[in-house]
Amino acid sequence: MHDTTASTDLRTPFRTGVRDVAPLLLGVVPFGLVAGLAAVQADLGLPGAVGFSTIVFAGASQLAAIDLLGAGAPTWVVIGTVWVINLRMVMYSASLAPHMATLPRGPRLRAAYLLTDQAYAISIMEFRRRDWAPRQRLALYLGAGTALWVTWQVSTVVGAIGGGAVPDAVPLAFAVPLAFLSLLVPAMTDRPTVVAAVVGGTVATLGVGLPSNLGMPLGAVSGVLAGWLVARHGRTSAPVAGGMADGDRP
Amino acid sequence: MTWPSTTTWVIVLVAGLGTYALRASFLAMADRLAALPTDVRELLRMVPAATMAALTLPALLRPDGAWALLGPRALAGVVAGLVAWRTGSVLATVIVGLGAVMALQVLLG
Repeated sequence: MHDTTASTDLRTPFRTGVRDVAPLLLGVVPFGLVAGLAAVQADLGLPGAVGFSTIVFAGASQLAAIDLLGAGAPTWVVIGTVWVINLRMVMYSASLAPHMATLPRGPRLRAAYLLTDQAYAISIMEFRRRDWAPRQRLALYLGAGTALWVTWQVSTVVGAIGGGAVPDAVPLAFAVPLAFLSLLVPAMTDRPTVVAAVVGGTVATLGVGLPSNLGMPLGAVSGVLAGWLVARHGRTSAPVAGGMADGDRP
Repeated sequence: MTWPSTTTWVIVLVAGLGTYALRASFLAMADRLAALPTDVRELLRMVPAATMAALTLPALLRPDGAWALLGPRALAGVVAGLVAWRTGSVLATVIVGLGAVMALQVLLG
């Protein structure tokens, strides 16, 4: 039988997820417009644009795939590129899994479809900030994930139909890294996480220009390993003082 | 209306299925991860900082591929980073950062 979680309020966490992800949507819109526009320019039409955005639903990999399709790349290269760019999802999946471990498999499998950089970032921040019940954690994640999904589909369609009319004056696409920056700062709570960020960011920056956007996953993996080694070293020698996670309230 | 070729649909489907498998990987077996070893938990604890930095820094320091350590985006990133640190607000960070990059682009030509 269900315990107290059955009567737990799920509307509040869902709304929290929507509200938290809202500023990030600012950066998602221009990205979605470009994804729609690029699909049409590559002769995939509106159905192709919507197909990519609903079935693949991962911005950077969609743009890379459309680019490769337009350049006449072989089928396996296009598919392989999408998979490589989306490898980071495995890390997000692994990072979220312990927080969803007590939920049934069905909801977890359905939730996986909505996994994105943004839904992950918002969820993991909220899971650390407050002590949500397991079903509330799922609701929060679904709030962020659904808001992002709807925004992505709408902006893809608008981009495919109306594209080209995006104003250049405001560099809205820059909102994406800015949003990730604002989530990076509270994620650095102690020495190992700071090392993870410095190494991850540096390797990814050095790796700009590598084929298939490999720089990002390469940087992420390097950062995780570096931070992990520092944490290990801290455990075996002197204990590292805990971080300053108190200053990140909204 | 333009309709993609069958090959394109196969690409979209296979690429999408693979992407879903990557997303579902650990979430699917989450219930069997209950007693994660300390080492694995420590490894996962590094994921947010490492991935966020890997998504952020290249866009600040090499916006068009070339290094721009003192370019408008890098400097706007410093300003935005301070706002993020002081306020903890995503919205404030994005708005101040966008304002800063527009101002700096005018100032620095």
